[in-house]
Amino acid sequence: MTILINLFWIAVAIAVALGAGWLFRAATIALTRGATARMLRTAPLTAGFGMLVILIYVVVALFAPLIAPYAEREVVGAQFLPWDATHLLGTDNLGRDMLTRLIYGARNTVGIAFATTALAFTMGSILGLLAATVGGWLDQILSRIVDILMAIPSLIFSLLLLTIFGTSVTTLILVIATIDSTRVFRLARSVALNIVVMDYIEAARLRGEGLWRLITREILPNALAPLVAEFGLRFCFVFLAISALSFLGVGIQPPTADWGSMVRENAALITFGDVTPLLPAGAIALLTVAVNFVVDWMLHRASGLKE
Amino acid sequence: MSVIWTMIAKRLGLGVLTLFVISVIIFGATELLPGDLAQNILGQSATPETVAAFRKELGLDLPAYTRYFNWLFGALQGDFGTSLANKRPIADLIATRLGNTLFLALYAAAISVPLSLLLGILAALYRNSIFDRTVNAMALSSISFPEFFVAYILIFVLAQSGLFPSMSRMDATVGFGEALYRTFLPALTLTLVVTAHMMRMTRAAIINLLASPYIEMARLKGMKPMRVILKHALPNALAPIITVVALNLAYLVTGVVVVEVVFVYPGLGQLMVDSVSKRDFPVVQAVALIFAAAYVLLNLTADVLSTLSNPRLIHRK
Amino acid sequence: MKDTNPAKPVLLTLRDIHIEGRSEETWSPIIKGVDLTLHKGEVLGLIGESGAGKSTLGLAAMGFTRDGCRISGGTIDFDGIDLRAATEAQRRGLRGKRIAYVAQSAAASFNPAHKLIDQYSEAPVQHGVMSRAEAERDAVELYRRMRLPNPEEIGFRYPHQVSGGQLQRAMTAMAMACRPDLIIFDEPTTALDVTTQIEVLAAIRDIVAQFDTAAIYITHDLAVVAQMADRIKVLLRGDEVEEADTRTMLAAPKEDYTKTLWAVRSYARPVQPPVAKGTTPVVSVRNVTAGYGAADILKDISFDIHKRRTVAVVGESGSGKSTAARVITGLLPPRRGAILFDGAPLPADYRQRSRDQLRQAQMIYQMADTALNPKLRLRELIGRPAQMYLGLNGKALTDRIRDLLHLIELEPDKFIDRLPSELSGGQKQRIGIARALAAEPKFIICDEVTSALDQLVAEGILKLLDRLQSEFDLAYMFITHDLATVRSIADEVVVMQNGKVVEKGPKLEMFEPPHDPYTELLLSSVPEMDPDWLTKLLRERAAKAGKG
Repeated sequence: MTILINLFWIAVAIAVALGAGWLFRAATIALTRGATARMLRTAPLTAGFGMLVILIYVVVALFAPLIAPYAEREVVGAQFLPWDATHLLGTDNLGRDMLTRLIYGARNTVGIAFATTALAFTMGSILGLLAATVGGWLDQILSRIVDILMAIPSLIFSLLLLTIFGTSVTTLILVIATIDSTRVFRLARSVALNIVVMDYIEAARLRGEGLWRLITREILPNALAPLVAEFGLRFCFVFLAISALSFLGVGIQPPTADWGSMVRENAALITFGDVTPLLPAGAIALLTVAVNFVVDWMLHRASGLKE
Repeated sequence: MSVIWTMIAKRLGLGVLTLFVISVIIFGATELLPGDLAQNILGQSATPETVAAFRKELGLDLPAYTRYFNWLFGALQGDFGTSLANKRPIADLIATRLGNTLFLALYAAAISVPLSLLLGILAALYRNSIFDRTVNAMALSSISFPEFFVAYILIFVLAQSGLFPSMSRMDATVGFGEALYRTFLPALTLTLVVTAHMMRMTRAAIINLLASPYIEMARLKGMKPMRVILKHALPNALAPIITVVALNLAYLVTGVVVVEVVFVYPGLGQLMVDSVSKRDFPVVQAVALIFAAAYVLLNLTADVLSTLSNPRLIHRK
Repeated sequence: MKDTNPAKPVLLTLRDIHIEGRSEETWSPIIKGVDLTLHKGEVLGLIGESGAGKSTLGLAAMGFTRDGCRISGGTIDFDGIDLRAATEAQRRGLRGKRIAYVAQSAAASFNPAHKLIDQYSEAPVQHGVMSRAEAERDAVELYRRMRLPNPEEIGFRYPHQVSGGQLQRAMTAMAMACRPDLIIFDEPTTALDVTTQIEVLAAIRDIVAQFDTAAIYITHDLAVVAQMADRIKVLLRGDEVEEADTRTMLAAPKEDYTKTLWAVRSYARPVQPPVAKGTTPVVSVRNVTAGYGAADILKDISFDIHKRRTVAVVGESGSGKSTAARVITGLLPPRRGAILFDGAPLPADYRQRSRDQLRQAQMIYQMADTALNPKLRLRELIGRPAQMYLGLNGKALTDRIRDLLHLIELEPDKFIDRLPSELSGGQKQRIGIARALAAEPKFIICDEVTSALDQLVAEGILKLLDRLQSEFDLAYMFITHDLATVRSIADEVVVMQNGKVVEKGPKLEMFEPPHDPYTELLLSSVPEMDPDWLTKLLRERAAKAGKG
């Protein structure tokens, strides 16, 4: 019986989510015109839902101090208070307001993951495009280095590096970005390799174009679509990796509000049948699902347009 | 056939070389540590005498390459040195835990590999149907979930009601059936995480081929859809499928870390996380080396198998 | 349409067939109400340019549509069975058993994972026509009739171990496996070289006659269809233009469109006076040997190209003609030999050439689709060489781009800010020409520039190139495998085979005997419009072989 009730609520949640996605898509179509609106019309409901969720997260992250009822690190009551009117989601293991921590977590966790992805992406795609365009020994050296780094499982590698360099936010960003840039490098290089063999690249080389123009005008515009989709995917991986490290206690350190650590700190409640610790985990899951839905649509579009 | 063997020999050689470089990185990483390792471990309050004695105990007075080769040859014989935290031989710490980790990974693989292949083939066969869309949306969601979220939901739903234990304690006395029962939740967590990925890739690998002229030919010969997929698409999709299966098996071996922590399962991953927080370098190095070796070996196997699945390479002109 | 051959019973009737294809979210018509009648044992040729809907119609005769297409109207009757009303299982029961299909590229249409004989016996065994052992015995018999070498053992090879021409014959044998009533041949020889094409055409024609199989033969090549078909139906953009028996159609086409198709090959460049002795050629290829890895692809080749002259380099795939272009442009430095430009040697590697040396030699590619950056507008595509080499900017640059668009007969206001994806195939190729002209070169390499285009469009491109040559005193190197193109545009011809120049000289001499044996084989293999050409040729070759 409980299972049936659970299933019912899951169905309601999915229906509400898709409905919200539909409304959001309709709203954006109404607000935009031309090519953008035409593109949005092809979006499935899942992608509409995804875009809505991403928008909400961005707003929450940007305006966290305005939205949150308390300060990020303020102890406001006893430990593990249940949900009530003053503390909508109760308090955590140190007596801080759970809702406040969740809201600030959007800023910290998402912000750090975004910065890391951006760094990984810049390093990986520049080197990948360069390797594919120049070829020869540069490509050989970079590719072999990346092969080696990718042969070490990433979670294990980051645990090893974090043990050595300590667990400040800067080292966390640098370590994860470096490890992840190898994956971006692989993709950027293989995308660019498919472009480099095109006749228009040969024509540009024979014209005597320099490396800079070759990459920025001839290759990059054609590599952009897969790279943007990859950015979404990489963000999910980085976000999950940082959350996992925080959950293990070696990522973002207290007292910074962060979703991964919040799960770890309050996990004990789960065995007592309290869902509160699942909320930060759910917040992580919801964002990655949303990003994946949007990326899935973009990839589908990119492959569909080729035919 | 000799071409194939030289190719495989080359891959194996490359694998050994990769492992060697990885071992250098894992060992060398501690050399990057700012300051003196012994001082670091003992803390600032230690007297110079104790630090000097400790350095001698760790062998830090020897040059780095000597220590590296001592460490490497020790590791090759199963001797990883002693733990800094409790002074026990690392080999003893690892032995049973390695078995536990492999047990859990194999358990999850035994469920997830057949399941994902089946789902992937069915999704490709009934592509764009309600079944396909549902399986896809579920797969996409479960890829997006952090492992600890999946794990805690399972605990919340299945352990709350007392169906399965939320903690997977293991010791030498536990029988096989009991072990399967106790590790059901962690195995299920891992299954959910990797099945989604393997299923999506299997589906994509098959669907990629469905536009090929030889698939159209098979359909124009009047073959049934199931036969078209199994006989005509699948053999040509083997290489990408093998690769993704190996990748996920490798992930199973290393991805157990989080799951082991959630379920308090005495495996290598939990040992590694404990050692990281204690900054017990020799143990971290040893476990990292084992994980990396397993990872490289699995990828190497996939490489060789997918080479062997290509008729153009096996039956040369 | 009246029954044209009442002597034999009707096998297949298509009435008012409409087929639509999906693009973006809407359905657009591909076939707009075509009728088709086929009698037992009769061969119908379906002819038309790309986009005419030939393949789509051919597949519809099997009750089959590709993904993203649907039959939206009309009836298909195969020997009394309504294929549109039949269930998918019933249609599956006919496919491969009573109606078979032979695809354009046998190399891509054979499954690389299975042996030929496994793929041969699949249809007969699965349809329950014969046992596996019977099918294997039968395969050897059909392989023999298709004149495949080693019929006993060729079936036990994988597709990649067999050559293209042999694969195409093996595929025809496979289609014959269940002795179908009807075979759809979808451009079966288009991917083959001319000398290979002959054998395949002859084998197909014989086996269809032996088993009295009806066939629909789809092609864009008029001369080929003339050899194969009893009747010809001409399609244009999903509509039927006309239909008649082969000889009538060739002798007296009724419709204007058909007449233009027939007339295409008549264009010929006026004969140029011979180049004065002692003139320095614009480009001179001197004793070049080049290749990749250990193998030499070019073996000691030499030829000259003069101002206002077109040299056609002819050869089949693998002859080294494109490699020669790569050596001249500096993409592949030769092992031995040199390239002279206006009498002075060029650096072997393009990276060592000066900007002016790069400007002087331009290239036009076969596939305009991959030769134009899809993300750049025409303004930048054409303007970039002018900006780079001639230092033009601002208004001067825009004026130059507009001039160039005028030259290639495209309206500047309409086209200057378009993307390549907003152009037709012929327009794209014109942009390729404008880009080459923008550099104001002396010499242009044209690499199979018309082979991806329909005949009428190709004709326009050839005329344009011809006009530009006299206007700007250009020297052309024209790489092609198509002798009809050579006839219409070349002044001189270089024939290549296996990396060697087998014969070179003025065009008129080339097309007159005596020939080098390979040139002879090449020339005689080009199909002619005469419906008896293949029969005569085979008889001649047999007689010669008997004598020799």
